[in-house]
Amino acid sequence: MKVLVCVKQTFDTEAKIELKDGKIADAGINLIINPYDEVAVEGAIQLKEKGIAKEIVIVAAGSDKAMDAIRTALAMGADRGILVQQDTAADEFARAVALAEAIKAENPNIILAGHVAADDGSSQVPTRVAEILGLPHVNVITAVEIAGDKATCTSEADGGTQVTEVSLPAVISSQVSWNEPRYPSMKGIMAAKKKPVATAAAAAAENKVKILEFSLPPAKAAGIKLEDEPEVCATKLAEWMKNTVKVEVK
Amino acid sequence: MDFSLSDESLMMRDMFRKFSKNEVEPLAAETDRTHEFPMGTFKKMADLGLTGLPIPEEWGGAGASYLDFAMFVEELAKCCASTAVIMSVHTGLGCMSTYLYGSQRVKEKYLRALATGEIVGAYALTEPNAGSDAASLKCKAEDKGDYFLVNGSKIFITNGIVATTYCTFVKSDPTQGSGRGITCLVIEKDTPGFTMSKPVAKMGMNGSPTVELYFEDVKVPKENVLGEINDGFKVAMGLLAGGRVTIAAQGLGIGEGALDYTVQYIKERQQFGKPLAANQGVQFMVADMAAALDAAQLLVYRAAWLKDNGLPHNKEASMAKKFATDTGMEVCTNCVQLMGGYGYCNEFPVERMMRDVKITQIYEGSNQIQRMIIGRETIGRF
Ligand SMILES: Cc1cc2nc3c(=O)[nH]c(=O)nc-3n(C[C@H](O)[C@H](O)[C@H](O)COP(=O)(O)OP(=O)(O)OC[C@H]3O[C@@H](n4cnc5c(N)ncnc54)[C@H](O)[C@@H]3O)c2cc1C
Repeated sequence: MKVLVCVKQTFDTEAKIELKDGKIADAGINLIINPYDEVAVEGAIQLKEKGIAKEIVIVAAGSDKAMDAIRTALAMGADRGILVQQDTAADEFARAVALAEAIKAENPNIILAGHVAADDGSSQVPTRVAEILGLPHVNVITAVEIAGDKATCTSEADGGTQVTEVSLPAVISSQVSWNEPRYPSMKGIMAAKKKPVATAAAAAAENKVKILEFSLPPAKAAGIKLEDEPEVCATKLAEWMKNTVKVEVK
Repeated sequence: MDFSLSDESLMMRDMFRKFSKNEVEPLAAETDRTHEFPMGTFKKMADLGLTGLPIPEEWGGAGASYLDFAMFVEELAKCCASTAVIMSVHTGLGCMSTYLYGSQRVKEKYLRALATGEIVGAYALTEPNAGSDAASLKCKAEDKGDYFLVNGSKIFITNGIVATTYCTFVKSDPTQGSGRGITCLVIEKDTPGFTMSKPVAKMGMNGSPTVELYFEDVKVPKENVLGEINDGFKVAMGLLAGGRVTIAAQGLGIGEGALDYTVQYIKERQQFGKPLAANQGVQFMVADMAAALDAAQLLVYRAAWLKDNGLPHNKEASMAKKFATDTGMEVCTNCVQLMGGYGYCNEFPVERMMRDVKITQIYEGSNQIQRMIIGRETIGRF
């Protein structure tokens, strides 16, 4: 079975976001593999360890910098990579078209991805890819069992879990609680540079979203500290909410 | 001049960082309190191939550079200095001694097991009466044909309590003067006549127990000689030149860890109606620390780079060791100062860091000894 994992190179989750000339400044920012995708890579490796997956192919769309995300996945244990070269300004639609094109050529049995990217957080790409390819999509999974050409996926649902059975091929996107991604071992890191990574041009697609402006969320105002008997605190808090925060009570 | 790291080194550094933050830091305070060797962490490092970084793959190592190894010790030290010295001694002295000076037979016997972290290595040079003046060591070894008979003791041995191999320096020819007639032997634990003390009580580095070793008629096979018989002091000094690079990395890392923590703290702690960080007097202290740590890092990386490129690095390693560990000490002292009474309490990590960092100025050649080396190399003959 061939498992393909889509990974994205994102800002380090601890990076400080700043705007420069109306754009997000990326100079000096540490880039990492999207933590949600890292979970998908780990899931693929575990399928390989169980003897279900034979080959794990990593696909990333983006600039040459995305190569680092591919190499990290290879160091963790994936077999080969494909870098789909695309302008970083591509939106979710254009991204999905480019990925779907690359996936089609690979014809994998399972397509894994994180359910969301830690940077723009739009949660669209896996769903769009499934739609373009005409494949079923199971989202935010926390476990998966493969038997023959069926996958039984457990995912989070309000107040419980949902179990979905899909026929393969399918797009399956992971919740972080699926697994604990391994550290790339030294052996893995040393082997990663010898594993093949192909580059491909992105299929042409116009963005559907036009970005008008970036702005940072307003700075959080200092809170208040109430130190008194509980009843007095409650009264003061209610007054503060009504008069200062101006919470409307209907 | 190129200051960039290779793609592999960057990937390694990310992994070292993540591992240290997630697996090592959460145990640091506990390890300091219980005084227990963090064997669980050592095993995790073994599983990831981190116990023999600069040893070639054919011997079970990772085939990484000495610079990668120094960065690993630095990252560990940011989180837990004890774990950092354990790794510095195990790999830098335990593995490297057999790799650089062991015969094929010795390598087969010990190196793979050491590099893969199956066993732990120790280095025993210091004696109660031979510290800075290690050349005057007295631990006796009589040549008995196919083995040496060892009698004497060693003190302050890192990893001593858990090691399987002890790279031990003995006086094999007492007729020769100081620094000569010394042989380096690999002595195995559980060899009859080889015993050790309980860990000594120390100021810091509590997670790295330090013991005294006693040898009473201990028979060591001749095949366990590292380097040449009666020429072992060269081995001791050769290893320490490399070892100093990672002790320097340790002093640097402890300082960086302390400064990182303190910078967060001074942004949050309010006095006089504003964060401590808003005072220029505080900012200047932070600036001096940041600049000194950066200079220390450059010295450490340069020394490692020289070693990786097979260039002389004796003076440079000593400079890095002296400067980085003095800087680490100064930074930790200032970080405790900036955190006030809280900095002095063991609820906050800088208290432990200040206790831990002190020894980096003393072991693997005190900083006075480093100055002697630098002075000698700088002044030359006269
Ligand atoms: C926690 C810990 C772990 C250690 N681990 C190991 C280990 O694994 N293996 C090992 O072999 N050793 C180890 N050591 C020993 C360490 O390397 C020695 O303590 C160190 O070399 C100093 O020797 P000393 O303690 O005998 O001090 P001394 O040599 O007595 O020196 C005392 C002071 O005098 C100064 N001094 C000495 N001579 C001169 C001089 N000529 N000019 C100016 N100043 C001078 C020194 O710098 C020092 O400040 C360890 C020590 C400790 C505390």
